[in-house]
Amino acid sequence: MTTLKSRALMLSVAILVFLLGIWELSIPAQKAAEELTEYEILMGSATPKAGVPPPSEIIIKVYEELSNPFYEAGPNDKGIGIQIGYSLYRVLTGFGLAAILAIPLGFVIGMSPLMYRSLDPFIQILRPISPLAWMPLALFVIQDSEGSAIFVIFICSIWPMLINTAFGVSGVRKDWVNVAKTHELGVWKTAYLVILPAAAPTIVTGMRISIGIAWLVIVAAEMLVGGTGIGYYVWNEWNNLDLTSVIFSILMIGVVGMTLDSVFGILQSRVTYQE
Amino acid sequence: MTQSFLSVEGLTQRYPSSESGELTVFENLDLKIEKGEFVSITGHSGCGKSTILNVLAGLDEASEGVVIMEGREVSGPSLDRGVVFQNYSLLPWLSALRNVTFAVESRHPEWSADQVKEHANYYLNLVGLNDGVEYRKPSQLSGGMRQRVSIARAFATEPKLLLLDEPFGALDALTRGTIQDELLKIWAGTGQTIFMITHDVDEAIYLSDRILLMSNGPYARIAESVEIEIDRPRSRGSIVEDALYYDIRNHLVQFLTSRSKEFSGPSSESDGHLPKMVRLSENSIIKKKLMAL
Repeated sequence: MTTLKSRALMLSVAILVFLLGIWELSIPAQKAAEELTEYEILMGSATPKAGVPPPSEIIIKVYEELSNPFYEAGPNDKGIGIQIGYSLYRVLTGFGLAAILAIPLGFVIGMSPLMYRSLDPFIQILRPISPLAWMPLALFVIQDSEGSAIFVIFICSIWPMLINTAFGVSGVRKDWVNVAKTHELGVWKTAYLVILPAAAPTIVTGMRISIGIAWLVIVAAEMLVGGTGIGYYVWNEWNNLDLTSVIFSILMIGVVGMTLDSVFGILQSRVTYQE
Repeated sequence: MTQSFLSVEGLTQRYPSSESGELTVFENLDLKIEKGEFVSITGHSGCGKSTILNVLAGLDEASEGVVIMEGREVSGPSLDRGVVFQNYSLLPWLSALRNVTFAVESRHPEWSADQVKEHANYYLNLVGLNDGVEYRKPSQLSGGMRQRVSIARAFATEPKLLLLDEPFGALDALTRGTIQDELLKIWAGTGQTIFMITHDVDEAIYLSDRILLMSNGPYARIAESVEIEIDRPRSRGSIVEDALYYDIRNHLVQFLTSRSKEFSGPSSESDGHLPKMVRLSENSIIKKKLMAL
């Protein structure tokens, strides 16, 4: 008797094989349709046509790149590990700075109805702004592309954490606050012993949403800023018309995003409590 | 006049309401409780019992009036007044033991971790929580066990006044009985003053020295203070054989079913004093004399 989990896994693999099979089979047909012109034959067909590569080529590419992920051969030729490393550095720095600001501020907003009401209009206006819209202003003020990219991550990570922290803190059950009061816990002890653990699942959910958005935004930001990072790598390979590398990097963006999400998923299950 | 351990004077609670401007839940309540007394209060929902308890705890502030404990006015919550809530109010992310130790740490910040743990375990033992059960989270405990933890926590902080807000309301009858006995046992050892809200007439008689009867709101008042002159230690089996038991029980039930409605409306100036003392033993003596005639 197979479990649901193993059956689901088998079905996943079957779907993967099926889709890749269709993809693989459709590529040669495409190539066959393109007869070489007489001119091209005369010229010896020096430049190969750019086309969508079959999965087999991508698998070879994945193997090549991942077997040597940290090579460095000039500014436009770095291993995928280095590019992802740059992106992660920017994401984690921007996200970390945002957490340092958003979580304490969210605590204050959640605890104080006055602060909530007075800051709410700012949050409501600033939150829907596309983080990339900040880029020109950031480039002008910070005068540094690296700093601007981190700033863009910072600004897009803030809102989910801020709002979730405030929501979690304000929603702490009154009974638990009363327990803290009747036991004469001070402000800091109440925050640390009661409010923080009570609101932790909501706060971590906010962090999880934030890191997801940050990873979405970094790709676009690096396409704009250039130089290094996985976003720049995608754009660079597009300029090279190397679609195999483009597809490979798309795959890597997905894998890294999934990993970041599951790290926060683990953290979330750690802080979740049952009532 | 000697001062009572706890005295409530002119307690009034009004809430702003949409129609008449103000809703007076209760007005001019006076109440005295002596040290070591076990006092229960009962009455219909909405008469303000919980508000009184919250004011005594310092969690709520009354519109008017003062609460004086041992000669000092109560303002704000304090470890001297422990509260056991109906819904246990355990912190669900902490183990049963941690739920008690944090309270003990707060009471005795100078104690070592071992001392705190030993003290907490002593009280958890008293309510029968040991052998690893104390390391479980509240979600892994039954309702009865959770309330035991809550009671252990309240006693472990050694408050001068213990406030119980329908502590057994959510429990099944068997568990309720066991925990009531545990409560009485610990109380007999510590001699704390207890103020308990209950809706259960039998529970009130079994546990209390005195039962306060509250009339219906708005303008609720503590109409009577019924003394339970049944000798301690009481046992669940023999208490029903006490001659007074049914007199008291009938008196309480009769109050709750019919007389509690009679006191509605604002009190006149002459009212607002201490609740009327009721001793049913005197009644029964009279009754017996009448029977003998």
